[in-house]
Amino acid sequence: MAAKKYVCKVCGYVHEGKEAPAVCPLCKAAASEFEAVKEAKKGLDTNSDVYAILYSAVVVVIVAFLLAGVSSALKPMQDANVELDKKKQILASLNEKNLPDAAAKYDALIVADPIINVNGEVVAEEGGFEVANDAVSEENLPLYVADIDGTKKYILPMTGNGLWGGIWGYLALNDDCNSIYGVYFSHASETPGLGAEIAGDKFQTRFPGKKVYGEDGQVVLTVAKGGAKASEESGVDAISGATITCNGVNGMLKTKLAPYYKYLMSQIASTPMVELVPAEPVATDANVEPAATDAAL
Amino acid sequence: MALFSKKNKESLVTPLLKENPVTIQVLGICSALAVTSKLEPAVVMGLSVTIIIAMANVIISLIRNTIPMRIRIIVQLVVVAALVTLVSEVLKAFAYDVSVQLSVYIGLIITNCILMGRLEAFAMQNKPWPSFLDGIGNGVGYAMILVIVAFFRELFGSGTLFNYPIVEKLGLYECGYLNNGLMLMTPAAFILIACIVWYQRAKDKTLQEK
Repeated sequence: MAAKKYVCKVCGYVHEGKEAPAVCPLCKAAASEFEAVKEAKKGLDTNSDVYAILYSAVVVVIVAFLLAGVSSALKPMQDANVELDKKKQILASLNEKNLPDAAAKYDALIVADPIINVNGEVVAEEGGFEVANDAVSEENLPLYVADIDGTKKYILPMTGNGLWGGIWGYLALNDDCNSIYGVYFSHASETPGLGAEIAGDKFQTRFPGKKVYGEDGQVVLTVAKGGAKASEESGVDAISGATITCNGVNGMLKTKLAPYYKYLMSQIASTPMVELVPAEPVATDANVEPAATDAAL
Repeated sequence: MALFSKKNKESLVTPLLKENPVTIQVLGICSALAVTSKLEPAVVMGLSVTIIIAMANVIISLIRNTIPMRIRIIVQLVVVAALVTLVSEVLKAFAYDVSVQLSVYIGLIITNCILMGRLEAFAMQNKPWPSFLDGIGNGVGYAMILVIVAFFRELFGSGTLFNYPIVEKLGLYECGYLNNGLMLMTPAAFILIACIVWYQRAKDKTLQEK
């Protein structure tokens, strides 16, 4: 048998031979203090270039297949979740939150999802739900129509930019096509405690009852820094400390709601002929507004 | 070997206080600043980091003898990134609401220095089981500091705890109490972590650096 190496555990002296020396020549430790040094296993040299390249290639391929497999296996479930979440968000703008079965509620409340264009023409009678956010343009505006206790609500989707990332929301209008029934905002990555508060009830309950459009169709609804005056029927208090996020909400409201104006006005004109209950919306309106003004104060 | 030998227990318990990754090793500070303005994200972040450290530690420890020394950091990074992506995909499929809430934080775990630190310092030299315990210990040690910081930031910054408006319920606003906006800003986390570091070293003099 070839010579083995023995190392002294006390001083680190390395002895080469068939067995450990009786005493360590350096520190005089006994033979029991010596330990055989295991030779590195011959075979793969883990430090060679070829090994490193092959190793990294194998690792990357394994990881890539694993991730691709998991991703495609989970895709249907993720898509279903995204769809359900979108329905929940739309319902949230109708003040329907924390529902046990959002999909059923959505089917019950939302009666149409047409696609319209900026000139007020209907492009498609349905399919608005399938329009991806980045596919929305002046020629391709999705809209949801809800039926709540016999009155129509129009839900307009919005997307914009906050401080750190995207913000989006849905705004539900009463059937006068101007006063707000409810809103929902959410965000990708706004600052918790500041900008992220746009997703909170405290901010969103300031909106109902406010007016969206001015006389000639521009959006007058504004999130006002420093607080909205109680008399303003289209001003909403901003969140202090979240100026850029609120500016983002403002920009989103101004640009995304304006293209719907012509269509909504055409709906008002045609409503009396189609709708059977003209008296009710006025009553709901009157109920909503005083409460909302209080919230703004 | 006993599952909870003295040495194994040590690798589980020391990271909680004596070797705490945040206050003693000063790792993972960046995420400790980012996710601690509310308790909820802090708790979830702490949990996810614990799970991912433990899993990454075990995997790296299993393959530690085959990893070429020169590219070990890259291999560690690939393992961590794959795990994080996996966790985020699974969350999206089975716990969508949680994944929406975490959004960016999940991705941030990849850049958490504690992970790489533990892989490099512990998992590369130790067997899977001790590595697992070390991962759990460090994850919990990290989560603990996060929760303490988030508790104070949320309480004094927003007047809530887990979004429950505690200050409002106590009626302190009527007495003229105001929330401290500084607490919601990142510098507050620095101040609070520094206070914890100060307190810990004052209690245990052996921790003081010379």
